[in-house]
Amino acid sequence: MNRRRLAVAALWVCCVAVASVIVARARYVTDLSAFLPAKPTPTQQLLVDQLRDGPASRLILIALERGDARARAQVSVAMASRLRRDPQFSSVNNGEPVTAQRDREFLFQHRYLLSDRVTAARFAPAGLHDAIGETIDDLASPAGLLLKSLLPNDPTGEMLHIIDQLQRTPLPATSEGVWASPDGARALMVAQTAAGGSDTDAQGNAIEAIRAAFAAAVRESSAPGAHAVQLKLSGPGVFAVGARAKIEHAAVRLSIASSILVVTLLFAVYRSLPALALGLAPVASGAVIGIAAVALGFGAVHGITLGFGITLIGESVDYSIYFFVQSRRVPQNEAAGPSWQQTWWPTIRLGMLTSVCGFASLLPSGFPGLAQLGLYSVSGLVAAALVTRYVLPALLPDGFAIHDVTPLGAGVARLLSRSRQLRGWQLAAMSLALAGLALTVLQRHQDSLWNRELAALSPISAADQDYDAMLRSDLGAADVRTLLIVSAPTLDSALGLAERAAQVLGPLVDSHVIGGFDSPANYLPSAATQEARRASLPGATQLRENLRQATAGLALSSERLQPFLRDAEAARSSPPITAQDLQGTSLRTGFDALILHQKDRWNALLPLHALPKAQTIGTARVAAALQRAKLTEARVLDLKLESDDLYAGYLAEAIHLSLAGILAIVVLLLIALRSPLRVMRVLAPLFLAVLTVAAGLALSGVQLTILHLVGMLLIVAVGSNYALFFDRQAGVHEAGGESLTLASLVIANASTVIGFGLLSFSQVPVLVALGTTVAPGAFLALLFAAVLSRA
Amino acid sequence: MTRRALGLLMLAGLSAGSAAPVASDLDTVMSLLAMRRHGRVEFVEQKFLAILSRPVESSGELLYDAPDRLEKRTLLPRAETLVLAGSKLTMQRGGHARVLDLRRYPQIQPFVESIRATLAGDRGALERVFHVEFAGNVRRWSLTLTPLDRQLSRTVKQVQIDGSQDQLLRVEIRQTDGDRSLMTLRSPATP
Repeated sequence: MNRRRLAVAALWVCCVAVASVIVARARYVTDLSAFLPAKPTPTQQLLVDQLRDGPASRLILIALERGDARARAQVSVAMASRLRRDPQFSSVNNGEPVTAQRDREFLFQHRYLLSDRVTAARFAPAGLHDAIGETIDDLASPAGLLLKSLLPNDPTGEMLHIIDQLQRTPLPATSEGVWASPDGARALMVAQTAAGGSDTDAQGNAIEAIRAAFAAAVRESSAPGAHAVQLKLSGPGVFAVGARAKIEHAAVRLSIASSILVVTLLFAVYRSLPALALGLAPVASGAVIGIAAVALGFGAVHGITLGFGITLIGESVDYSIYFFVQSRRVPQNEAAGPSWQQTWWPTIRLGMLTSVCGFASLLPSGFPGLAQLGLYSVSGLVAAALVTRYVLPALLPDGFAIHDVTPLGAGVARLLSRSRQLRGWQLAAMSLALAGLALTVLQRHQDSLWNRELAALSPISAADQDYDAMLRSDLGAADVRTLLIVSAPTLDSALGLAERAAQVLGPLVDSHVIGGFDSPANYLPSAATQEARRASLPGATQLRENLRQATAGLALSSERLQPFLRDAEAARSSPPITAQDLQGTSLRTGFDALILHQKDRWNALLPLHALPKAQTIGTARVAAALQRAKLTEARVLDLKLESDDLYAGYLAEAIHLSLAGILAIVVLLLIALRSPLRVMRVLAPLFLAVLTVAAGLALSGVQLTILHLVGMLLIVAVGSNYALFFDRQAGVHEAGGESLTLASLVIANASTVIGFGLLSFSQVPVLVALGTTVAPGAFLALLFAAVLSRA
Repeated sequence: MTRRALGLLMLAGLSAGSAAPVASDLDTVMSLLAMRRHGRVEFVEQKFLAILSRPVESSGELLYDAPDRLEKRTLLPRAETLVLAGSKLTMQRGGHARVLDLRRYPQIQPFVESIRATLAGDRGALERVFHVEFAGNVRRWSLTLTPLDRQLSRTVKQVQIDGSQDQLLRVEIRQTDGDRSLMTLRSPATP
């Protein structure tokens, strides 16, 4: 006997030790990957890459508030000059014209390779005549006196055209020489990190660098109002870092808080330290083995999975409670009665198996977050139950006993006695009425019941999201929602495709399908296009003759255009521009933002702008136009639509999987209980609890997310234990048995409600969703199970 | 001796007498202008540029709303709108708008602030940017504005605004390189 106990204990210690090593060596990730599909389609892959490392993911929006405009501007300038020297940032822009001079020189020097109006026809006599005539008209405009210096070199106005081509979106407002919100209340700056947005550590370092630069700028500022200036940051990287901190904070703090509360509760019940220590053994073993299983199964453990760790405490602590409370009477009647293992273990095993059925249904999910949660719960629960069954009895000292909790059970029984006087039909009628009421509420909220947006899972508060949207609109850079993406094996061929796409998009701008678009080929045309533009410039003698004919009748004589002839001749013999040539200009940033390099693919991104005042873009018409042009390499990607589709897919899948899980539970119970009526009695309180909670959430204006669904699954998982105990109790009728059952259930329920109730206070929406569903649901499941048990 | 002294005094008095009305005329003109809250005139503008063999001409209308909104609507040769509101300058042309902050592009100031501050009757605003010289009288006056800023005076030599009572008649901008623009204004023919 002793040898067997020793062997069991040794085996347990070995298992936990191995699992601990795996847990210690596991890779933990906190990026978006938990929310992204495990086997993405090509479009989804583009979406994932965009969200992880795309140019938008690398932007940090910086706002300076309070103080006066002059102080904000001074701090902005000092911060920017410090950050521009920091290699962590690929660009820092606050509206100061730091690179403007270099940009202008580059554009002017290469204007004949960059302008898409350079064709042979434009430099023939008729084309030149029209172009120069137009430029002379431009001189009549208010800006004319400023333009006139360009005229001798650029009589066809290519420079202005290139600037217009690159600057389709209006620049932000400025105040005191730096970017500011239109109302002037904030100074604005945009920093782009060199590291991708999914590199949360690098984003964290970049944010620290910005804060340090701000502190230094304020310290060194001579402006009187500088100390009142406040720094605010936003953007994907800022959100990612904040979310990680929030999740870690919540997971750690809530786990500690709920552990303390549950330990206090258990100590108050057991009044025995060894019992307390032993009681936590199944929970701890389950958690360690659960994480180890996820690490082995998925290669990496997502931070959010750890956040859900608390869900396991909710159920696995129940096992040891049942064991201690219900086995209490066993030593006293050792000779006579059956052991705990014989009387109670089958019921706990069945409860555990129903939970496993529920969570196993999440395993095939394409949503890695859910699949991890499923594996974690299944393995953790099985481990906790096995430890309770085999290890706890082996570890129990002789003569061990916990404080008598029979009075607690008797008290609960008295509370229930009134409901127990109700007749079966009365209870059935009340249940049906409650179910009917809940269903009516759900029916009424049918359309808004489920939240189908991925943002619903975002740990970013609505206030932070609104602030981000406000900064973006201040900057005139509304979130890029729709992208046209072309990919090719080389950068040059990707640029060539971008040029072909631009030919399709141009007419769409003219016919007001889209408001406009950007293209990397505006910064760097493909080699073939550059070659064609260069070839379309006539030779010196020819151009001189063309110019002579073109200027006949114009106010501008060809004699004055010698610089133009020189520049055109120079352009004819200049080498093509490469990405390297953009270095040192702000154009490089603009170009880099529109190019995404993956292993062996180059993607050119062409952000599409909606028409003024229009919110969305008719992507179908864009796609149709691309198809007509046989540009099959192009893909239109609506980032929000695509990610919402993705999430809606997860949600639909999760609903189906949950239903399959419930079906599995019904089948399992039918096999185990061998009576449809008993199965119905076990499940009725659970469904009633789920319906009531869902109706309650709908009534309080909460839109259900995938996490609420997981919560409902947990209600069924935890509640099935309660219902099964009542079912068993109804079958055996032992003296004093009911009090013990009630006591153990009440204690188990209290610990569950504490654990999940605490989640409701977290700032992470996914955890709040879980908490607000399971805490009331578990309580209601016990209440309904108790009341209906005699029905 | 006394007569001579008297004569000197008279001379002094005369010169003082002639100086005082000039200063008050500027203020009178300014206050007349300041009283006008709205204005709308048609303009024809000619630019005389050395590089061109003949002047380029544009025309349209000029709208003013007190205290600081000036709109120049060019209709010919090409429709184009320029709005100056506060320090924000918006240029719109063929569906394409460009917004500039006047404080960041001080070189534009002589072209727009001279007219706006005059229309507003804001002598302080004028004198912040220009050295102001007044000639003539309320019925027929002429302001000669010389940029104070050295950067500005490198491109713009002088702005001369002629007017009568609270009406602007003619704005001439002379650049240092000899190029100039001449804008003549007249009240729209009442239909």
